[in-house]
Amino acid sequence: MTITVAIVVTGVLAAAAASLTGAILAVRGQAMLNDAISHGVVLGIAVFYLALGGLPGPWRLVSAAVAALVTVAASEALSASKRVRADAAVALVFPAMFAAGVLLLGLFARDAHVDAHAVLLGEIGFVWLDSVSVFGASVPRAALLLALVFACDVAFYVVARRRLALAAFDPEQAHMQRQRPRLVAQLWLVLTAVTAVAAFDAVGVVLYVAFAIVPAVTGLLVATRLSAVIGVALAAAVAAAALGYPLAVRLDASIGGSMAMCTAVPLAVALLLRSVRARRLRGE
Amino acid sequence: MPDLLAFLGDPTVLIVGAGAVLLGGVAGGLGAFAVLRRQSLLGDAMAHAALPGVVVGYLVSGERSAGPILAGALVSGLAAGLAALHLSRLPRIKSDAALGVSLSLGFALGVVLLTRVQGSAGGHQAGLEAYLFGQAAATLRGDLLWLAGAVVLCTATMVVAWRPAKLTTFDREYAAASQVRVRLVDALLTGVLALTIVLGLRMVGVVLMAALVVAPAVAARQWSSSLLGMVLGGAAIGAGSALSGALISASAPGLATGPLIVVVASAVAGVALLTSRRESQRA
Repeated sequence: MTITVAIVVTGVLAAAAASLTGAILAVRGQAMLNDAISHGVVLGIAVFYLALGGLPGPWRLVSAAVAALVTVAASEALSASKRVRADAAVALVFPAMFAAGVLLLGLFARDAHVDAHAVLLGEIGFVWLDSVSVFGASVPRAALLLALVFACDVAFYVVARRRLALAAFDPEQAHMQRQRPRLVAQLWLVLTAVTAVAAFDAVGVVLYVAFAIVPAVTGLLVATRLSAVIGVALAAAVAAAALGYPLAVRLDASIGGSMAMCTAVPLAVALLLRSVRARRLRGE
Repeated sequence: MPDLLAFLGDPTVLIVGAGAVLLGGVAGGLGAFAVLRRQSLLGDAMAHAALPGVVVGYLVSGERSAGPILAGALVSGLAAGLAALHLSRLPRIKSDAALGVSLSLGFALGVVLLTRVQGSAGGHQAGLEAYLFGQAAATLRGDLLWLAGAVVLCTATMVVAWRPAKLTTFDREYAAASQVRVRLVDALLTGVLALTIVLGLRMVGVVLMAALVVAPAVAARQWSSSLLGMVLGGAAIGAGSALSGALISASAPGLATGPLIVVVASAVAGVALLTSRRESQRA
């Protein structure tokens, strides 16, 4: 694999995985949990780094995944206590975790500060440095991991799509049909956390949050069926990743930032389509 | 004791402490409205989306002068807030998804601009680091004037617009029916919130500014059931957390001010939530 192909393939896989998990969260009104997870992982990395005296490969993922789950669980528990609303609960939990993580790293591990920074911004441009050989081709480890995670997301979606749709659109009905909407939603959140962590490791937080939220909103603007929303979101995210790379090269700017920014292109198209359709309906 | 006096008399400590009190106070007070209006995450979105404005302001002024950078940050933060508001009025788009769009696109644009300006795709991003995590120690006397101005402006806004702001927060339909210009009040409150956030970015950074708005207000909500109590309580808790965070940070090297302030404010909110006697009253 050439470097260009490696970068684009990693970006496309991150786009696909993040937009799939993000679409369901957006339908459920939990889009900002993506942002919360992405900041909460800093505390996980700090705690595991200090506990283990270093952070070898797989532990990075484990620490971030644990932190992501803690972020989600704490936000949900806080809003379930009914003392704060859901949005305030999220806004309370993740900055506290982020701040504690930054403090711990600053106190005990000044060199690991770079690590937290890399998690936040990521640099997809360097994913090819860590490649493994698959059937004779050199594939970035990050791309392999993302492909695996994406496959899990797709499998879960295919198996549980009816339950996911009902739990998202009509939880009470789902409850009456004994479909266990809470369990389905929680499993999806676990999957989201794992996807987020795989994506951070490859492409950083900025890119992940953009891929998780913007294509989902694009899908919601033009489609009503859940499967159609997800289809549009996947296409929009993949197109943004493919568009973003040449733009970054052209501008000599951050690749992750460019890919994230390019999610605006399908969004703009969707907004345009909407307004054209609305005008036609009004008979202008 | 002489050590403590010398520490408190240190001009840097004085400036940072005074700045923290002003910022924490005004953010905590305005936070009451943000939390009650379900806009807890609006501050987070505006803080992230201020980045492109910061870069453009820096480019235009050609130096690190406060005026153009603040103006740029304010414009792009507000633009992002308005864009989110517009998006959330469309069918099927939840308000937090709309905020997420503004946040991620604004921040991505900022990262692209910044890396373009710095001329390296993956190189050193010192400017971004200062912006993300804040640099309270770099607070200058001039910054205090801006902060004091913001405090005066925000206080004046709240005093003048108290009744309409209260009405639109608790009952929009009644407010609209009693001749309150709801949209204008919305814009006014969003505007002063954006100003506060932009001023706070340099001190506590992007991520933590959101907490300085939300945590004191949530804490005050548990102990008070009136809007006035919540605004004053939020301001007091915000100022107190900010001051103690700034002082601890100044006395212990290695502890960044912004995160310390947020940890203190979140701890107060945690205690308030645990000791709260209100049952099922959503704040």
